[in-house]
Amino acid sequence: MLANIDILVQAPVFLVDLIVNGILIGAIFALAAYGMALVWGVMNIINIVQGELVMLGGFITLMVVNTLGIHPLYGVPIPAVVLYFIGWAMYHIVIHRVVDKDMFISILATFGLSILIAQLTNELFGSDVQTVDAKLQTLLFMDGMVAVSMIKLIAFVLALVTGLVLYLFLKKSRLGQAIRATAQDARAARILGIDTDKVYAATYGINAALCGAAGSLVVMAWTIHPYVGLPYTVRSFMVVIVAGLGNLPGVIIAGLGLGAAENLAGFILGAEFQIAFVFSLMVVILVWRSWRLKKQRKYLS
Amino acid sequence: MINRRQLLGAVASGFALAGLAMTTPVQAKVVGDTIILGAAVSASGKYSTNGKHTRNGYDLAVKMINEAGGIKVDGKAYKVKVIYYDDESTPARGAQLAERLINQDGVKYMLGPYSSGLTKAMVPVTEKYGIPMVEPNGASNSLFNKGYKYLFAVLSTSEQYLASAIALAGEVSGGKTVRIAGAFENDPFSQDVRNGVMADAEKIGAKMVIDDKLPPDLNDMAATLTKVKALKPDLLVVSGHAKGAALVIRQMNDMKVNVPMLAITHCDSADVIGKFGMAAEYTLCASQWDRSLSYKDPIFGSAEDFAQLFEKTYGYAPPYQAAESAAAILVYKDAFERSNNFDTKAVRDALAATDMQTFYGNVKFSPEGANTAKPMVLYQVQGGKFRVVAPTKWADAKLMWPTPMWDKR
Repeated sequence: MLANIDILVQAPVFLVDLIVNGILIGAIFALAAYGMALVWGVMNIINIVQGELVMLGGFITLMVVNTLGIHPLYGVPIPAVVLYFIGWAMYHIVIHRVVDKDMFISILATFGLSILIAQLTNELFGSDVQTVDAKLQTLLFMDGMVAVSMIKLIAFVLALVTGLVLYLFLKKSRLGQAIRATAQDARAARILGIDTDKVYAATYGINAALCGAAGSLVVMAWTIHPYVGLPYTVRSFMVVIVAGLGNLPGVIIAGLGLGAAENLAGFILGAEFQIAFVFSLMVVILVWRSWRLKKQRKYLS
Repeated sequence: MINRRQLLGAVASGFALAGLAMTTPVQAKVVGDTIILGAAVSASGKYSTNGKHTRNGYDLAVKMINEAGGIKVDGKAYKVKVIYYDDESTPARGAQLAERLINQDGVKYMLGPYSSGLTKAMVPVTEKYGIPMVEPNGASNSLFNKGYKYLFAVLSTSEQYLASAIALAGEVSGGKTVRIAGAFENDPFSQDVRNGVMADAEKIGAKMVIDDKLPPDLNDMAATLTKVKALKPDLLVVSGHAKGAALVIRQMNDMKVNVPMLAITHCDSADVIGKFGMAAEYTLCASQWDRSLSYKDPIFGSAEDFAQLFEKTYGYAPPYQAAESAAAILVYKDAFERSNNFDTKAVRDALAATDMQTFYGNVKFSPEGANTAKPMVLYQVQGGKFRVVAPTKWADAKLMWPTPMWDKR
């Protein structure tokens, strides 16, 4: 451990490399976490199936690229659209039954869905590790010591743009306003003529679409297989916990920060402690937050 | 409504029925003229692809043996049949299914599942009942230090996987201390590979500069690879099943990490050549078997004959997982014919005395049940093909070293 810190002290360039690569994967976590924050905030559902939706996005990209032969980057919107409808269907088949139930029920239901989807993907596509080559270059900085692959950079930019679009959508559009109204008080929204069922379906669809886009970027920059969902579920959960609900800029910052912190911890403590570090960090943040709130005589919601 | 007495009666008769089923031994070990083997193989879950290879290997061997007249025991020819269950790639389920195969289906001879983890879960059950198990896919050394008596593995143990790679690194180093970076998944198999690497590294006086444990739900290796960039080892060793193999090649290319030598496991099951093309060049890969090797047996013919038959039957080239699975059935055939009866103890003793050649390699078991007669081979990806570069006896190509820098490729 000390030897690893020593490397960073003597050659800070690797610190830059670690943080940059961490931020780049953090953008993917942020993208998946937007959706989770949305579903959690609006529907009061912790969506355990998040990672599987990301994975599904990856497999749809793979299928689109293999059958249509187009450049994978043009393939990003397609899984988003397909996933929107899958999410919409999932809402109407399963989620609407648990939406106003106890949170525990919704965790169980989405956990079941995640197993189901992973297994169906396994049946359809096989359990092999898959990847799509976007044939893009890697940018080298500082004598080749800091490497940023184009595809990760594009993923990063897309994640930020998507965040901005989502923010504007929630603020300005009619549906966005309806979503926010429903999040605030579903009963009042219903009285005022908002069809909350439709709002929920749209929210869940948007969440799935965001995951689909994220998955499409994951398959180009990393790899996917039917059981890769869990890391993404866990990270989006963490990001939302740390950022708090209904705090979109917070989700972005938490996502990027988490990615960087995780990478740094993996370097210093060794890869086996990467996720353990992240969870410890979450505990520390939660304790610190509740302590701060207690001082102000507020409660952690 | 059911009253209490009726309920009690129902429960009691239920127990009685269950008891009856337990006490009547099901004679399924040999039914008529068929020898029944039992196997739990992954049809779902993360090992389903390798589970399919395993099952295809078993099925092809069964078909060939039956077509060639079956197994001759005491002057009578018996056909072979395998009862399969899906272990869902989870060890707990594997152990349950072993119980089920033995107690409910009455199976007396077991075949192994896919992966060390599942084999490890099932052996205690087969040992408890004294049922022999010939297994083709559990290479972890931890299977062979518990004193199991009924376990026989046809493959080389996992600490041998990358031995030739370490030896090669020592040969090309020209007397300098070899610096090795290792990243191994935190599972029984990869940790055994790690132990092997550590022991071999000590033998050539090499130094481990990185020793990372990868999480089982691996999605990113950036931290480890940055460390590799910083420490510039002579050899990078990665073992993390197919996902580790795919991820390291993808990210080495993405992050332009230069290493003179990269050695990994599972690159054929990850199909690194098909997926990454040029980026996979120069990679060294451990393999249990190769179709170019000159082993032979009377059922399949040569290794190449097996490969062609397999390709014709299933439409893809056989990975070594399929080859070793087929070999397991050949080992059973040989043991039944030598023991000349169906007693599990006699079959077990015959298995222990196995000394034969199959298309997959020589098979001879150590007292612990590991196959000591067959070496691993080491491939290198050269010109979009796997070429055997070590051990020297089987090599059909020369090692290309060092791997050029990314900007020179």
